[in-house]
This record gives sequence, structure tokens and C-alpha cells, in this order.
Amino acid sequence: MSKIHFTLNGKEMEVDVHPSKRLLDVLRDTLAQTSVKEGCGEGECGACSVLKDGLLVNSCMVPMAAVEGTEITSLEGYRNTDKGKCLIEAFADTGAVQCGFCTPGMVMAAEALLSENPAPDEKEIRRGLSGNLCRCTGYDMIIKGVMLAAERGKGLW
Amino acid sequence: MVNTYYPGNLEEALEIRNQHHPIPLMGGTDLMVKYRSWAGSLPEFPGPVMYINHLKELQGISKNAGSVYIGAGTTLSEIEKSRIVPLLLREAVEEMAAPALRNLGTLAGNIGNASPAGDAVCALVVLDASVKLESIHGGKRVVKVEDFITGPGKTELKNNELITWIIIPQKEVSFVNYRKVGTRKANALSKLSLCSDVKIKNGIIDDIRIAVGAVGPTVVRSRIIEERIIGNRVEELSKKIRAIIEDYSVIIVPIDDQRSTSAYRKQVALNLIQQFLGRIGKEEYID
Repeated sequence: MSKIHFTLNGKEMEVDVHPSKRLLDVLRDTLAQTSVKEGCGEGECGACSVLKDGLLVNSCMVPMAAVEGTEITSLEGYRNTDKGKCLIEAFADTGAVQCGFCTPGMVMAAEALLSENPAPDEKEIRRGLSGNLCRCTGYDMIIKGVMLAAERGKGLW
Repeated sequence: MVNTYYPGNLEEALEIRNQHHPIPLMGGTDLMVKYRSWAGSLPEFPGPVMYINHLKELQGISKNAGSVYIGAGTTLSEIEKSRIVPLLLREAVEEMAAPALRNLGTLAGNIGNASPAGDAVCALVVLDASVKLESIHGGKRVVKVEDFITGPGKTELKNNELITWIIIPQKEVSFVNYRKVGTRKANALSKLSLCSDVKIKNGIIDDIRIAVGAVGPTVVRSRIIEERIIGNRVEELSKKIRAIIEDYSVIIVPIDDQRSTSAYRKQVALNLIQQFLGRIGKEEYID
């Protein structure tokens, strides 16, 4: 076991875990971040996506050793920001959420995309969300959701 | 429980590697999956593990004396966005996995993992890239990626060495051609991939490099066939394409596996080579 220091949604954290423990397990089991889902556990589905130092990562592939000194953002923190509220409302208005399992990961992937490219076209959105699987929506509503958020949230990103 | 190491700098990492021979872990995108266990429990690594992704000595991309140097800890995203990395490698990296994975995965990891389906490896073989391997007391050697990977999951890495840099000689080319064939646009491992480039000078093929990935235990590249193509006039190439494809047909002998069949891989690989050769003479390029 070792003490790992990082910030979660802006709050300083110190957790005593094995350095090989997955960030996913620590977020879900230790820190109650249940928006972070384990879908496939092998980097294919994106349901466990969080931001690490502002970059989208699959938390199922990140050992805690790689978290030392970084800033982690999960949906639990992001949903309270103006950007988060804008994206969530846009997702709701376009019907981008059905069963909801992929939604937290989709929102984090959308944030990662918009923070780099505030006005993406459809192709760029599809590419930005390409690591996130959804079995309900057929993706079109999610893409519309991101487009709507980009339009409504002009100046936010 | 296996030992875990988290060195503070490269020197310390090389000391630990020399003494305990731990598995070096970079981005984790291969190893964390390969050895994963039940949700909530630790990955079951077969031996000690050393985390080295954070080492400052292994970060960055630079240009020096006609070569591009990529630090072993540089992520695929950083490579994809760099303007000094050769275009062929950037195109290969852009098509790898998905954004979240590219933010974690590294080129050194792709090489060290030595998967026959490693897309970046195919590009590195065409680019005549090498790996710099370091060990304690200033030990270092430079090995061509082509020679470094000896089979699926097998490399020339000694148990006291670490991959520290990837070195790519810069070369002027007329155009590059990267094609990947997979089941899903994102995240799918390749059924096969073709990496190639060509340099045309005064209407003559001055240099050509062709490699095919995922059609054998290691990347397939034939300098003998390339030599036969070099020196031809561009307008005469079309008459020779059939013979060249026959030459490649002899050395491309893929296997059946869960991703594709031998027959499909071979046919598509030959088609892609033919298509690439057909582009020569038709494309607009800088002569």
C-alpha cells in the first residue's frame, strides 16, 4: 500500500491503496463516484472515462501509480460547472440519454472534445466520441446533443 | 502480492531494472488489460512491475542531426499532434484506438508489446526507425525496430534494459500511403495495415518503402522487392505492377485468427499494394 495524492473535482485527496489498483475501482468503491461505470474493463467502451489533467482517459486502464500528483475530474464534479450543465441539458433536450449507462463517459468525452475544439462538425464529434459505445441511441441524438451544447454554450469553451 | 516500483528518475529505474528485472509499465493500455482480474481486485501481473511513465527523462519530441527523437513516455496523442513527427507515423497513430486510449498509450509500449497487429510498428519499420535501449552505468545500444521485434510478444530487450527513445531518420518523400483495415473504425485491432512511401526524382522512382502489418508474426517488408522497383521510370511502372504483386504474394503468408482469415488478409494486402503502386504517377507530388 502507498499513499497517493491527487485532486478529485478540485478537492485534494490522499488515498492509501496499492499502486497497481485501477483508478476506476478507487473512484467507484473508495470515493463513491458511481458515474464512473465499468463496461468492458478493457478500454473498448469508454463508460469509465474521466479527465486526467484535462485529458480524456479510460480509468480502467490507469493504475493509481499514474494518478500521483494529477487532477482527476469525474461527472460528479463536472455536472456542477456551467459547461457540465450546458452539456447535460443539451443531452436531455435531444434525447441523447436512454438507459444512461454510457452517458457519464459520453459527457466527459464531449467535454474533452469541446475544450479542444469549441465548434466541431459532425465528423469531428464522431471522432471525438469514437471510443465510447452506446447500445441505445444509435449515436445520432448524442451527436446532436454535442452540437446543441456547442451552439448554446458559445463562449463557454 | 508482487512487488511494485515507482522510481524517481531514470538512473534509479535502470538500477531497479538491473536488480529486480520488473516489467516496465508505460501507459498501461496493454498490460492493465492483459493481466486484469475481477472488478475491484488487483491486476495479476506475472512478476514485479515498475511504473516509468512519469519519468521526465523519457518525455518529449525533438529534432537533431536529421533525425526525430521521441521519448519512450510520450503519448500517442502527443505524437499525433506534433508537426515534426513524420507524416506516415502521424497518420498511423491517428487511426489507433480512440482519443482516451491515445492519451495513455505510448509508442515505446506499442513496440515493447510487439503485437503483430501493432499499427505504429508497421509505420516505424517503413521509416527505418530504431529504439535506443539503456541499462545501468551508461550502457546503451541502438537497434532497428525491424530487428528488435522478433515475433509475437517477443523482442530483443534484455532484462536489464529499458526502451528510452525512438529514433526516426528524416527523409524527403513524394507521398505517403497509410491504410488500415479493421472491423470497427475506432478501437479495433487491425486485420491488416499497409504503410508505404515513395520518393520520385526526375520521373524516376528514387526510393520506395512498403511494409504490411498483421499478416505475419512480424511486419513484412522486402528490401529485395523494393530494390527491383527503384530505378524504374514512373510511366513504366504500370507494366511491372503484376510481377511486383506476384513477388509480394510469395512473402505475404498470413494466418487465420479471430479477427480475419488468411485468404482475406492476403488478398486485401496485395490489393492495397497494387493500389499504392497505381497511385504513383497519378498523384500530384513534389518531384
